[in-house]
Amino acid sequence: MTHTAIQLPLPGFEQAQGEWRADYSKQMAGEQPVRNRSGIEVQPLYSPRDWSSERYLDDLGFPGQFPYTRGVYPSMHRGRTWTQRQLIGLGTPADYNKRVLRIIDAGANAISLLPCCSGFRGIDCDEVDPELLGTCGTVVNTTDHMDDALAGVPLGKISTAMNDPSPFTLLAFTLGVARRRGVDWSQVTGTSNQSDYISHFIANHQFYRLSLPGSRRMLLDHIEFCRRHVPNWNPVSVVGQHMQQAGATPAETMGFTLSTAIQYAEDCIARGMDIDDVLRRFTFFFDISISFFEEVAKFRAGRRIWARIARDRLGAKDPACWRFKFHGQTSGVDLTQQQPLNNIARVSVQAMAGILSGLQSLHTDAYDEAIACPSEETARVAVATQNILREEARLCDVIDPLGGSYYVERLTDQMEAEIEAVIAKIDAAGGMYKAAEAGLVQTMIGDSALAFQEQVESGDRKIIGVNCYQVDQDLTVPPAERPDPDAMNRHVERFKAFKQERSQEAVARALDALARAANSKDENVFEKVVDATEAGVTHGEIVSSLRRELGFGHPLIVA
Amino acid sequence: MSTTSGFRPIRVLVTKIGLDGHDRGSRIVAAYLRDAGMEVIYTPPWQTVAGVVKLATEEDVEVIGISSLATDHLIVPKMMTALRAAGLDHVRVIVGGIVPDEEKTALIEAGVSNVFGPGAARDEIVACVTSLGQDARHARINEFLEANP
Repeated sequence: MTHTAIQLPLPGFEQAQGEWRADYSKQMAGEQPVRNRSGIEVQPLYSPRDWSSERYLDDLGFPGQFPYTRGVYPSMHRGRTWTQRQLIGLGTPADYNKRVLRIIDAGANAISLLPCCSGFRGIDCDEVDPELLGTCGTVVNTTDHMDDALAGVPLGKISTAMNDPSPFTLLAFTLGVARRRGVDWSQVTGTSNQSDYISHFIANHQFYRLSLPGSRRMLLDHIEFCRRHVPNWNPVSVVGQHMQQAGATPAETMGFTLSTAIQYAEDCIARGMDIDDVLRRFTFFFDISISFFEEVAKFRAGRRIWARIARDRLGAKDPACWRFKFHGQTSGVDLTQQQPLNNIARVSVQAMAGILSGLQSLHTDAYDEAIACPSEETARVAVATQNILREEARLCDVIDPLGGSYYVERLTDQMEAEIEAVIAKIDAAGGMYKAAEAGLVQTMIGDSALAFQEQVESGDRKIIGVNCYQVDQDLTVPPAERPDPDAMNRHVERFKAFKQERSQEAVARALDALARAANSKDENVFEKVVDATEAGVTHGEIVSSLRRELGFGHPLIVA
Repeated sequence: MSTTSGFRPIRVLVTKIGLDGHDRGSRIVAAYLRDAGMEVIYTPPWQTVAGVVKLATEEDVEVIGISSLATDHLIVPKMMTALRAAGLDHVRVIVGGIVPDEEKTALIEAGVSNVFGPGAARDEIVACVTSLGQDARHARINEFLEANP
């Protein structure tokens, strides 16, 4: 919502402003308009005519108050700083376990698990080119594997984020581990990252496994199951990151992401779920680019729009549902292979934008992220960057410290208008599901990606070391950490032996029940996924079965 | 080979093999090459080695561009072997993406013509593919002449 600034009586204002404008124009004759990544023209100066505190209560309010522009909780980072959640995953479950225990020893209260890319493709480790196994994530195909990965990890006390797209086998394995250890499922906390199938279909084909209708069914079953049996788990993380990484502008990204959240919420309502019960567990995940003020305005506007959508459009009555909680990851797209140490400066600025925007959880990229899976040393620098910003720069001392800046408030209003225009466009196309199915979103993102690339090539958008301030240097890519091939080989051999030794009858029964549920209208398919993992059915077998029953996931790629 | 084939635009297959699905780079390079007047055959990610060989044969391409953001370059040597086994010795292969230096050597030894890192310039990529496309064409003509003296 944008407004006309209220004209406050400020004697002498017009005259002083006119004089400044004349002086400015004299020095800046022929200046070209300056635009941010979302295409909004940015003025050289903002003043009380651009934003007035008369609108304070409607548009900003206090932290923890509707519309949450200044933050979703009353005490924000003063009360509780953001969660430092660094993404990890490499090699065998034992390799992962070693690293995750070190992180917990260092004081982490939240962990994440990135599975091997073969898992994202829905195939088990015995069907993959061995060269590729565990090179980008941990090979977890069974409940036993998860048990090894989480050995010594206090499930129920530590929040666990899983990169776990539909059909959510990693959560099923985790629930199996919890049961083995006598941890009640209601104690299990964390998030199903990568549950946002629409973002995968559009922009991150990496995670796309099942057909669009099949993915829709799975997500709803997953949400319903979690609401009943794992109440402290966040089954939905709506991901803006993929779209911004694929080239959407910050305003487009926020618009697409909110449209996706609307789609999921409306699907839940159509299923007969109680919106107040469901929406409180929605979380969001975004890229934070180096376009500092634009990112701050993106998040502040996003919070405000979501609060209004959740209350007025979706009809949620509980304020917990109006809060826009998000995890941010500093954007790898802005990082360069050239002069890699410069990336530490870039990540600091990106992280500052996220922190000053009031995020709930943060991953800072390692400076070698543009060229490698981070080493332990570069990962340490990434975490230290967060600690420096909190402890030394003291960015947590004041809540929403940029609020009230004429520029930031004006830009927040303008970003809000841009974002709402995107949402209106998606609404006109019949909602996010239909807009994605038709390729509308993909085309918009592709156009923005190419436009950005052309600005970089023409030098309109400067990237230090890439199109300006280059230095003569050999572009080196350091050696990558690769899993020990012998250990991986043993892991695969043990997996093959496990498949031989398990009760084939139980496996057949579980797979049969899974297929039946998928073909029924009213059974919960995710419940059968959980049962199947308990019977020793593997990740690959579950995905294969559901691909047969619900359709294979071919993303619509608009080149 | 028809007499006009020498004037046919260079045909390039831009694809991804293995497990990774990040395709912003491959889509942009495909657009570069298409803008430069080449005929680009573009596929979604996760192609198999056998699938790429089949497509390269059917589409009669001169150059194959493999995009590897994660670790999929590790199976490019297998693809080079498969191309030779299929009699596609003349086809030139480039790899674009993130390849550690020490693993780059293995690719070049396996017969890859060039490896482009992040930040590679459009002109550089277009010039390289143009020149490789011409090489591939000459190699093919020579193969033909040797086989039909």
